[in-house]
Amino acid sequence: MLPGLVWLGVLMVVPCAIILVTAFYERGTYGGVDWSVFTFANFTRAGEWLYLSIFLDSARIAGLAAFFALLIGYPAAYAIARSAPRHQTALLFMAMLPFWTNYLIRTYAWIVLLNPTGLANNFLQWLGLTSAPLPLLYNEFAVILGLVYNYVPFVILAIYSALQRLDPSYAEASRDLGAGALTTFWRITLPLTAPGVAAGAVFVFVLSIGNFITPDLLGGGKLQMVGNLIYDQFLTARDWPFGSALSVFLIAVMLLLLFAQAIAANRARGEGRGHA
Amino acid sequence: MRKAYLAFIYVFLYTPIAVLMILSFNKAGMPTAWTGFSTDWYGRLLESPKIIAAAKNSLIVAIISTFIATTIGTLLALGVERRKASASLDALLFTPMIIPDIVLAIALLSFFTMVKFTLGLHSIILAHVVFNIAFVCAVVRARLKSFDWSLTEASYDLGAGALTTFRKITFPLIWPAVVAAALLAFTLSIDEFIIAYFTAGAGQGSTTLPMQIYAMIRFGVTPEINAMATIILLVSFILVLTAQRFNRGSVPGT
Repeated sequence: MLPGLVWLGVLMVVPCAIILVTAFYERGTYGGVDWSVFTFANFTRAGEWLYLSIFLDSARIAGLAAFFALLIGYPAAYAIARSAPRHQTALLFMAMLPFWTNYLIRTYAWIVLLNPTGLANNFLQWLGLTSAPLPLLYNEFAVILGLVYNYVPFVILAIYSALQRLDPSYAEASRDLGAGALTTFWRITLPLTAPGVAAGAVFVFVLSIGNFITPDLLGGGKLQMVGNLIYDQFLTARDWPFGSALSVFLIAVMLLLLFAQAIAANRARGEGRGHA
Repeated sequence: MRKAYLAFIYVFLYTPIAVLMILSFNKAGMPTAWTGFSTDWYGRLLESPKIIAAAKNSLIVAIISTFIATTIGTLLALGVERRKASASLDALLFTPMIIPDIVLAIALLSFFTMVKFTLGLHSIILAHVVFNIAFVCAVVRARLKSFDWSLTEASYDLGAGALTTFRKITFPLIWPAVVAAALLAFTLSIDEFIIAYFTAGAGQGSTTLPMQIYAMIRFGVTPEINAMATIILLVSFILVLTAQRFNRGSVPGT
């Protein structure tokens, strides 16, 4: 197991540590890093409204993506879990398969569908819902749609696993006691699958907030998210220390969320044991 | 109701992919109208030296990084599963899967720059092994959960060395998972864009296929991309389906 640990140590832990350290130094005159001046300036700059607002915007977009992914993913997971057992594996596999294809291509497909002469607009005009092409592409709508499309398989997987672990006798008891299907779902099934919902939501949020390709391609350069900001600092502005500080900030937000989710999942598991 | 919703979700998931595939055979190439079946756009791909070179680079990176990651990742999985569960070790192995690509990309670029490592295909390979080790390790570990360690103990007790035990006992039992892991690692590597983009260096010589696709998409929607996308999608589908056949459960959730 040593070669694997060394590989991850040298090519993941050390590079991430370099980013953490770089964030405290100044940008060199010709790009690169000036190792002579230790400073917190990169972090105070990241807190300026100009950058903070990009962070907040990214969080809002990631939050909306997570919300809509849950909204369409939960019923899908529920429908798969209620299918005949011999079909469930195939249905889940079909839901996961797109995730294993090229992310760029999956995102590009939406440019083809959403552009002014694309299929979506042709279809809407054919239905008579609109007479002129709608601006579906290169805006926030397109970015959120792209994120939901790319990450909804995760949500389906997370919620399906939670539904599988759910003891069906709880729902049966609720029905026997006279609760309707909707009440049973709302009071029993949904709360008991909350850990799956949380896991799926955190996953979509985390993958979305650091995303670079989707805002770049579907936002048409008008929409900046943290990922694009970091990209610019490294490849365009050539301010590596500031780009590093932004990355540290991003990772900190992600770790906080993952940590909170892990604690919540642990607590839910503990409670589950208590009831049994 | 249930079936209708399932139909909706699969239509949502597969329409974009299907549209690309259909358009790649459209004579006019563009989605405005169907002007007849044609395979011209596929021919155009083969005539583009840039695309051929990029495809070749992607294959080199994917094959070598898959080979290294499968070897190291399998050994890592065996080591981890035999030991007592360790939360920090699990966190280390989970990190490459959850860390934003852009952060790992800039971290590796900073690292390579700092140690004055020349960038090129070899640095992309080193970088791709990082996330592929984690995926290989996860797939093999899942298989090892049901592994009966008394078999290897018996082998050691009977005087076999570590290598013989691996060759005669362990590997014959876990190879489907190892093959599946390799197929998935290959798929991930051949599709990966951001980390390759940052660790490729300035030279045109180390452009991979996703980098080429990205450049083409930025330039505008062209029918050649549809043809190339169709080929890449089909290759991914075949690889993932094969992985699934070899080892049920290797594709997460199935």
